[in-house]
Parts: sequence; structure tokens; C-alpha cells
Amino acid sequence: MTATLAAYTTSTGEAFQFWVLGTIAVIGALCTVFMKKAVHSALCLAGTMIVLAVFYLANGAYFLGIVQIVVYTGAIMMLFLFVVMLVGVTAADSLKETIKGQRWLALLCGLGFGILLLAGIANASLKDFAGIGKANAGGNVEGLASLIFTKYVYAFELTGALLITAAVGAMVLTHRERTERARTQRELSEQRVREGRYVPPLPAPGVYARHNAVDIAGLLPDGTPSELTVSRTLRERGQIRDVSAEALNDLKALEQRAAERLGRTEIPATFKRTEEASQ
Amino acid sequence: MNPVNYLYLAALLFTIGATGVLIRRNAIVVFMCIELMLNACNLAFVAFSRMHGNLDGQIIAFFTMVVAAAEVVVGLAIIVSLFRTRHSASVDDASLMKL
Repeated sequence: MTATLAAYTTSTGEAFQFWVLGTIAVIGALCTVFMKKAVHSALCLAGTMIVLAVFYLANGAYFLGIVQIVVYTGAIMMLFLFVVMLVGVTAADSLKETIKGQRWLALLCGLGFGILLLAGIANASLKDFAGIGKANAGGNVEGLASLIFTKYVYAFELTGALLITAAVGAMVLTHRERTERARTQRELSEQRVREGRYVPPLPAPGVYARHNAVDIAGLLPDGTPSELTVSRTLRERGQIRDVSAEALNDLKALEQRAAERLGRTEIPATFKRTEEASQ
Repeated sequence: MNPVNYLYLAALLFTIGATGVLIRRNAIVVFMCIELMLNACNLAFVAFSRMHGNLDGQIIAFFTMVVAAAEVVVGLAIIVSLFRTRHSASVDDASLMKL
């Protein structure tokens, strides 16, 4: 009786690992859903996937644990990040609800579904627990290989066809045929002159002594920032840093210091006292 | 600890992913939530494989991973081409076929 009980429970170390990493996995999943920016969601999901890889290793699925890290966090999540980078300009969700009450209904559906699923698992009779030790006796990878190339060989062959189809499909979907000739530099400059706006090159971004980064707008003579000086991508993302107020404050401070140095204002009390003491 | 806890965790992650699919409207995040659901299923398969003491569950999880990789490639290509034509990755905007 005790032997079966011992086989049915795992070691304390694994229990500790489960509770700590399981918490991290759930927090990562929640962050994936509730983070506003897609990049943050992707990073949280990558964290959850790494935790799941550790769980695979703990469950004796050594091959799958490594594949999880290499394929999921290494390839798929990086693909996600690339697409977020491509689509990034409007990646932040608008928080306006288009369907009234959809969010609360969705949460309610999720809650009901979760209760259903958890109750189903709780009611299932999961009494027999064999442990993976015997199946892994000849090595995990060898065991998987002998199954894949005998029992599941047709599914494995079909997987190859699926992967080729997916690769071709992705290429077809993202490939764009150029329907018109690219305009030459001469034609572009002629068009600029004909339109009569911005005939010279666009002005450069901020050119103060302290700020020459590309995301800082250059200032017009009256001190207001000029949108034209910043790249269109940054403008659309709203990533322009405005330092015009800072520059004006710096100038004011400089003028005040210069005035103090030149003695145009009355000398502060501390200075006066030292002068009197020296006399 | 009872290994059934892995199943509870998988169910929880699957539920969070499903809720995310319903709540979010950014197509990329919806896609990530689908990946989360697939991963939760994989965890359940691996836990079942350990409970039953054979490797079939791990084989199924392996095939799920392959299919997920193919699905991600095609799905992200669709999102990129949608974004090119509509300049938006929101799933609410893609209502071109609506009357």
C-alpha cells in the first residue's frame, strides 16, 4: 500500500519546483493576456514557455524539453518579435470597446470554461500512475525515435508535407510583386520641384550641443519643435522626445548665472558676509 | 505532490489562453494566446505520458509542436499581408466580407 502511494506522489523537490515555477507560469500567462503592448506580451509568453520546458524535463520528456526551448522560445517567439517589429507602429491595442460588454462576457465565459475543465479533471478517475521510468529505460530519444519510425511513420511523413506547404504558403502570402517601376532619383526630384513643397532636403533632427538624437525634433526660430525634422516612422509611433522646454530652461539658467557673474544682480547674503569678514 | 497537479496547471493555462483570445483584439496577441493554449495541451500530454508510463503522449506533443510551428508561420504571414493592405493588426477591422 505504501509502495503504491509512494509511486503515486512525486518527490518534495519536484513539488517545490512545481509550486514555484507553476506560479511563474500562470503569472506569465496572465501578463501575456493583459499587457497592453504586444512586445511585453511576447516576452511574458517566452518566460511561460521556458517554465513549461522545465516541467517537460521534470516529467521525463527530455527530448521535448530541449525542443521546447529550441523551437518555441528560440524560433517561434523570435518570429513573433520580428512580426511585432514589422507591424509595431500600431501594435498597442485601442482600449475602446467596439462590442458593448464584450470584455465582461469574455471573462465570464473564460471563468465558466475554467471551472468546467478543472471540475472535469477533479472528477476523472486518475488512479493508475505508472511513472515514466520504465518507458525511458532505453533512453528517451531512442524510445521516441523507435515509436516515430514504426507506429507513427505515416504521421511523420505527413508532417514533412505539412512543413513544406507551410513554408511555400508563407512565401506566397508575404511575397509582393512590384507592379510598377521604381522611380529614379531624377524623377523624384522633378516631382518635388513640380509640387513646390520642400524642394531642398528635409531639415535635420535636433542640432543642439546636447541633443542630437534622431528622435528629438529640431527647433524653429521661435522655440517650437518642428515635426518635419523627425522621421515619419517615429512620428507615427509617437516616439518624438520634446526638449524645447528643457532647452529654454537651460538658456534661462545660463542667463541667470551670467548675470550673477557680471554683478548685475545683488550679491547673495553668504557672499557678502565673507567679503566683510575678509575686510 | 500528486502529478494530477500538472493537469490542473495545464487546464488553468488553457483557460487563460482562451480568455485572451476572446478579450484581445490585436491579431498578434490573439495568436500568442493560441500558442499558449497549444502549450497547455502539450503539458497535459506529457503529464499523461508519465502517468500511463508510455511514450505515446510525448509523440503527440511532438506532433503538436510541429503543427504549431507550421501554423505560426502561415498565421504570421497572413497577419503581415493583412497589415500591409489595411494598415492595422486589429481583428475588428478585418470585416471586409461583412455586408
